[in-house]
Amino acid sequence: MSHARRTAGAAIDDASAQGRRALVIYLPVGYPDVDTSIEAARTAVAAGADIIELGLPYSDPGMDGPLVAAAAQQALDGGVRIADVMRAVEEVAATGAAVLVMTYYNPVLRYGVERFAREIAEAGGAGLITPDLIPDEAGEWIAAADAHGLDKVFLVAPSSTSERLELTAHASRGFVYAASTMGVTGVRAAIGAHAEALVSRTRAAGAERVCVGIGVSDAQQAAEVAGYADGVIVGSAAVRALGSAAGAEGLDALRTLVEDLADGVRQGTVAS
Amino acid sequence: MTETSGPGGTAPLRAATGPYFGDYGGRFVPEALIAALDDLSVAWDKARVDPTFALELSTLARDYTGRPSPITEVPRFARSAGGVRIVLKREDLNHTGSHKINNVLGQALLTKRIGKTRVIAETGAGQHGVATATAAALFGLECTVYMGEEDTRRQALNVARMRLLGAEVVPVTSGSRTLKDAINEAFRDWVTNVETTNYVFGTVAGPHPFPALVRDLQKVIGEEARAQMLERFDALPDAVVACVGGGSNAMGIFHAFLDDADVALIGCEAAGDGMDTERHAATISKGVPGVLHGAKSYLLQDEDGQTIESHSISAGLDYPGVGPEHAWLADLGRASYRGISDAEAMEAFALLSRTEGIIPAIESAHALAGALTLGRELVDGGADPAQTTILVSLSGRGDKDVETAIDWFGLTGNGGPGLRGADEEADG
Repeated sequence: MSHARRTAGAAIDDASAQGRRALVIYLPVGYPDVDTSIEAARTAVAAGADIIELGLPYSDPGMDGPLVAAAAQQALDGGVRIADVMRAVEEVAATGAAVLVMTYYNPVLRYGVERFAREIAEAGGAGLITPDLIPDEAGEWIAAADAHGLDKVFLVAPSSTSERLELTAHASRGFVYAASTMGVTGVRAAIGAHAEALVSRTRAAGAERVCVGIGVSDAQQAAEVAGYADGVIVGSAAVRALGSAAGAEGLDALRTLVEDLADGVRQGTVAS
Repeated sequence: MTETSGPGGTAPLRAATGPYFGDYGGRFVPEALIAALDDLSVAWDKARVDPTFALELSTLARDYTGRPSPITEVPRFARSAGGVRIVLKREDLNHTGSHKINNVLGQALLTKRIGKTRVIAETGAGQHGVATATAAALFGLECTVYMGEEDTRRQALNVARMRLLGAEVVPVTSGSRTLKDAINEAFRDWVTNVETTNYVFGTVAGPHPFPALVRDLQKVIGEEARAQMLERFDALPDAVVACVGGGSNAMGIFHAFLDDADVALIGCEAAGDGMDTERHAATISKGVPGVLHGAKSYLLQDEDGQTIESHSISAGLDYPGVGPEHAWLADLGRASYRGISDAEAMEAFALLSRTEGIIPAIESAHALAGALTLGRELVDGGADPAQTTILVSLSGRGDKDVETAIDWFGLTGNGGPGLRGADEEADG
């Protein structure tokens, strides 16, 4: 089962070679049901997403705003399990996209950190994004990720000190996730002015690649962020599009959004 | 593991200050909160050794809270505990009716020190929310309290109290709409408004520095009680019993006794419908280690790491997590934890009311029930009741619980006889 795993770094570098920025789309597994969420991720890849973040629904998503939290709750009510997430990773990775799992730490800890890492790797996943795990607490995950060659995507925030940016940049592999604003996930009218400064501070702290998420919801914002970041992460807007209608119509709405966003990230200037 | 002493270590248990208590504690939170937690840690490290801060806090404790709270011997109640001596530490007599005020006054002072103008808090039954709203009113801070939508309905009186005190109460409709979701919502607010806002956490759980900070502000309970026991009885108690939800009153009363090896420390968790059912809140007794709300500790969770909802008649104990210092003390064997069912707690609730004229909070009634059982166990094991003393943390008063009592005991109607225990005769 160990087909060549696509890493987040490779996906970002390939986009860069094409003179554009990478588009990262977040979708929670099990929303609205497991099969549709897998279909949605495939649709997003076909529409131009370079990296898929598959969300592992969690009962206490403290970093998520109402849209994503409600989707996760619906997925849990539908009975989604970690095994479903592993299946989704395998099926979405088969498209050739880089697949990261976005998960709060407790499900990983309970499942077994080494076991979780091994199964992600076996399924062809690139690694994990860990919104409530800072590198200071991540010794076990870092060891497991290193053993399996997985991406470790940690977050930085506008409030991060230079020392913490350095720590996080060095602990990350794939990219560093820059939270555009102080707050939870959600659709926002404007991207925080902090975002560009945070990206440049994170680069200065040693990060090879920095992607920006939280609040990005349309092509114009994607283009704006693509002007300074290596990748643009869109979550809540994708969840909203998928949930806007049942079945094929929801998938169509998602496809339209991702195509627009893909146009947006092409407008970002690639400096290098 | 270097910050704390372990079994056989030379450092006193009382010296543990986090961020880790053995394997437990830490900071499992988004990076966005780290700067605020660091600021709070630094501010607390300064304040806790600052005589000016200590004087401000002790003055408030005396003039506003009414400290020291007394200890009260309850011999008529203790008849049902094999005749041992039972002594209550009366946190129910504090202003606002529970131990929660000890913590919020300290954290409100700290909020002023770090230059923030707004406080937020989570609350289950409303005790911590009312205490925080009270402190906010006293210090002129803006205050928002998050409360599960279900709890706002069940505790309408406390919602009204908070609003009278000037606080905004936000009903939380996400997740299971309970205390744990109120905490999630408070963290979401905090991460968004951290520049102006301090999170006044209500218990000894959450990310560092909260477990140590809240413990430090509550340890006055045990320090007073230890001195009062020595003064009145010339001896330490054989056991100290407290209820444990998140565990703040228990850590508060345990702390001064941690290094008194002959004093047994017993935490009473809510067993809800019973320890053999799935409807309980017995986190240490029935949970496994995990991460919730920013700290590693025992946790009620399924095999995928999803939090399992807890159940208890007492909203204040109805929490699927527990403070990391308790998890550590449990693993060390320094404290032991047992489950008390709703029925046992309500029996003790009624017994204390009837025999001593003290209506306890249902939370505290779990500790009272634990003391009744423990007393009988000790006497059955050969202890001389006249030489055996149990200190109980009476963490709060029961005014807020009268509606629950009406339902439980069927007290509705147009009057009727006083409650009597099944095996009890009216004594003349």
